[in-house]
Amino acid sequence: MTGYTPQHAGTKTKYIVVESPTVTPSELAIHAYEISQGVMIKETCFGLAVNGQEDEVERLVEKLRAFDPDHIFVKDRGFVPGDPRRCRSSLGGARPGFHGIEFETTVLPYVSHGLSELHALDPGSVPPPAGPAGEKRLDIYTLKKLIQALEP
Amino acid sequence: MAKVFIYPATSLILSDLVARYGHTPLSSATSIRERIQTAGIESVPLQITPEEPKKGLRWAAVEVPSGVRGRMALYGPMIEACDAAIVIDDADLAFGCMGCARTNELVKYLIREKKVPRLDLTYPKSEEEGVRFVAAIRRFLDGLGGKP
Repeated sequence: MTGYTPQHAGTKTKYIVVESPTVTPSELAIHAYEISQGVMIKETCFGLAVNGQEDEVERLVEKLRAFDPDHIFVKDRGFVPGDPRRCRSSLGGARPGFHGIEFETTVLPYVSHGLSELHALDPGSVPPPAGPAGEKRLDIYTLKKLIQALEP
Repeated sequence: MAKVFIYPATSLILSDLVARYGHTPLSSATSIRERIQTAGIESVPLQITPEEPKKGLRWAAVEVPSGVRGRMALYGPMIEACDAAIVIDDADLAFGCMGCARTNELVKYLIREKKVPRLDLTYPKSEEEGVRFVAAIRRFLDGLGGKP
C-alpha cells in the first residue's frame, strides 16, 4: 500500500468539444494558446482539454465558446490532461470516457440545430418532446389469467 | 442557481446545457475530481478505495455487490445535494464504462424518491426533436430560478 500525493491539486479540467462546420479543433487550439495565460491546453481529435485554476479555465472557456456558441460544447473532467491513469498514450485503445462522447457526438448536430432555432423562438411556444415511452408492465389481470391457465 | 443532477452522469450534452442556462450540473467528473485531488492511499485508476463501498451502505444494503455500493459513494452524495434532475432514459452509454445496470436503476429510483423537479427525456433523433429537446430543457431550467 503506497501513499498518494495528487498533482495539480485545486485545479479544474474541462473538455471543449467542437462539432462545428466553421471551426476546427486545431483552430480553436491556436486561439486558446493566444489567450491561455498559463492554462494547460491539450488538443484532441474532438476538441480541447484545458486545465488550470477555476476562474482562468472559466474565462478561457467563455471566450472560446464565443467563436461558435451553438456548436461548441463544454463538460467537466475529473482527470488532468495526459494523466497516465486515463491517457491512451500509456494505456492503448480509446480512453474509457471517449465512447460516451463518441455516441453523443452523433446527437450534437440536432442539439446545435435546437440551440440556433431557439434564438428566434420562444421556448414556451415549442411543444414538449414525446418523452420516454416507459416500460410496459404486466397488469395484474393478465397475470392472474396466466396463472389460472397454467393450473390444472 | 440550482444544482441539477444529470443522468447519464457523464453526459456532455446535459452538462453543457445545464451550465449554459445558468445552473450547476452535478456530474461524475466532479466526484472523480474530488478523489483524484485528495491525498491518501494510492488506488488506481479512479482512487476508489475500500472505504467507498462502506460509504455506499448509506444508499444500498450490505448484500448489494460492492461495485454498486462503491459507485453509490460517487452518485449518492450528488443525489442528496441536487435541487432538480434531468434524466435521459434511452442512454445506452450509461451502461458500460459509466457503471453497472443495477447502479443505474438505483440512481433513477433514488431520484424518483427524492421528489425533486425531474425532467425525463430521450435523445433527439431528428432536427425537429432537437428543437423540442433543447426547448424542454430550457423551460425546465428557467422554472428552477436563477439567471436565464
